[in-house]
Amino acid sequence: MIGLVFEQALNGLQLGVTLFLMAAGLTLVFGIMNLVNLAHGSLYMVGAYLWVAFAKLTGSYVAGVLLALLGTLAVGIAVELVALRTLYERDHLDQVLATFGLILFFNELVAMIWGRAALYAALPAWLSGHVELGELRYPLYRLAIILVGLAVAALLWWVVVRTRLGMLIRAGASNRTMVAALGVNIRLLYTVVFGFGAALAGLAGIMAGPIYSVQPGMGELILIQVFVVIVIGGIGSIRGALAGALIVGMVDTLGRAFLKPLLATFWSPVVADTAGPALASMLIYMLMAAVLALRPEGLFPARA
Amino acid sequence: MRLAPRTLALLALLALLAAVPPLAAAFAQPFYLDLFRRIMIFAIAAISLNLILGYGGMVSFGHAAYLGIGAYAVGALAHHGITNGFVQWGLAIGASALVALAIGAVSIRTSGIYFIMITLAFSQMLYYLGVSIEEYGGDDGMRVKTLSQFPGLVDLADPVAFYYLVFALLVVVLWVTDRVVRSRFGMVIRAAKSNEARTRAIGFSPYPYRLAAFVIAGAICGLAGALLVNHTAYLTPEFMNWTRSGELMFMVILGGTGTTAGPLFGAAALLLLEDLLQGWRVLPPWVRDYWQLYLGVILVLVVLFAKRGLAGLLPGGRDGDG
Repeated sequence: MIGLVFEQALNGLQLGVTLFLMAAGLTLVFGIMNLVNLAHGSLYMVGAYLWVAFAKLTGSYVAGVLLALLGTLAVGIAVELVALRTLYERDHLDQVLATFGLILFFNELVAMIWGRAALYAALPAWLSGHVELGELRYPLYRLAIILVGLAVAALLWWVVVRTRLGMLIRAGASNRTMVAALGVNIRLLYTVVFGFGAALAGLAGIMAGPIYSVQPGMGELILIQVFVVIVIGGIGSIRGALAGALIVGMVDTLGRAFLKPLLATFWSPVVADTAGPALASMLIYMLMAAVLALRPEGLFPARA
Repeated sequence: MRLAPRTLALLALLALLAAVPPLAAAFAQPFYLDLFRRIMIFAIAAISLNLILGYGGMVSFGHAAYLGIGAYAVGALAHHGITNGFVQWGLAIGASALVALAIGAVSIRTSGIYFIMITLAFSQMLYYLGVSIEEYGGDDGMRVKTLSQFPGLVDLADPVAFYYLVFALLVVVLWVTDRVVRSRFGMVIRAAKSNEARTRAIGFSPYPYRLAAFVIAGAICGLAGALLVNHTAYLTPEFMNWTRSGELMFMVILGGTGTTAGPLFGAAALLLLEDLLQGWRVLPPWVRDYWQLYLGVILVLVVLFAKRGLAGLLPGGRDGDG
């Protein structure tokens, strides 16, 4: 039982870091450009598809990952330049609708190129085994996701807090007019931030690809969970995104694994069978409602 | 009496809608009866969204949830053998209002981007609830074998009678929302949208007014849901899918926010466009098979370049003056 809890906790951590990679980009783009980007999930999907395509083309997993990252970066920058740049000054409603249009566009575009059926791609041998963690045999690949995710989180913290680029990002978030007045090319800064947010989403998609199926619409499923993450954490705050991602990853995974048996011990198995899965899939939304009722600005609101 | 261009446009569209059944019968094209009935049902939903989005400034990204609740109320009662239309539709409206009250009570405490995301998350929650109820078909949904029964009044199995019922309800909903918007209550809602601080300063707390508008909108949309499930004779959680909420928002924007009849034009334009892209034989298969790609591009272009929607094309009138 302890082993099972530990395994599910690791799965929760793995979902958590994936959510964080998505949430970091989304929350930065919102915090700095004041842009609601629904198409962030599409970049996740584009990353996964590009990885499958490049891995097949080059025959190498690592080359596939690197090319897919560059590809998603390029797609992100192109989207920013063509469509989103003009939306920064618009209200949220326009942003929601335009990026909703982009989602339709990207979903159909990948269906046009790669078909509507789900794609599966094999992992290389050196990533597909299991590791022994005490009593538990845990898939090596999931462990790798956790480690990569935590490393990227640390790197991101370093970039934002310790580098000149990070300083500009933070300055842009607090007062963009002043930053522009001081001679910083704010449009370039926006494009760079958006591109890196896209690459992070692409990385999340690349890593999720071998676990979940790669198919049109895969981005929306995670996008809405990411919304929950950044609302819980506080919009615009990277710390909040990390905390929210880990909380949501854990609650969702543990809820799906243990809510049903837990209900079965208190009520009848029939109740558990019907209410368990329903409650488990609603759990993170109820959590969000509770957080908002107590702290409408989220757990770690971005400093104004 | 001189009528404003937009009133004339509305009357023309209503006359056209009223003329659809005889025209469809004359040209033996019953498909159009179906299409325009669908347009009117979605127009009712979009009009209800416009009440909070266009006039109240509350950008709800979860309005399809009430379509789903209305549909599930009718579908579930029919499943358990209760087919009386008054009971079914009453429950659809009542349940939607109640859920809107609960969602609104939490959501309206927030604003801006938070409000968008919370309403989205709540509707997703209800969507997953619908997906997980195996009794009502879960993911796949289920057929509704008996439509709502209004013995002696109207038979929904008769397509023309059902069409005119929807038409009548559309006119009623248009009239009611227009009355609401012009009332003192509606003025407070609009005032809170344009300047919340001043609204407070003259002694109105916006929260209860906004919540009431949110509940009214939810109730009307629940009615649309009850109509929709009778229209499709099929109950599915897809009614609550978040893309449906996006479509409703787009109908409102396309028609021009804060105009009474705008959503009707928006619903007609969007659904006719969708139908055209999917089924127009002149278009090559690579357009028809991937029509959402083109719809997406059109959507982006409309947002970027046609800021005031279709209503902006008509002369006269500003946003928000009804």
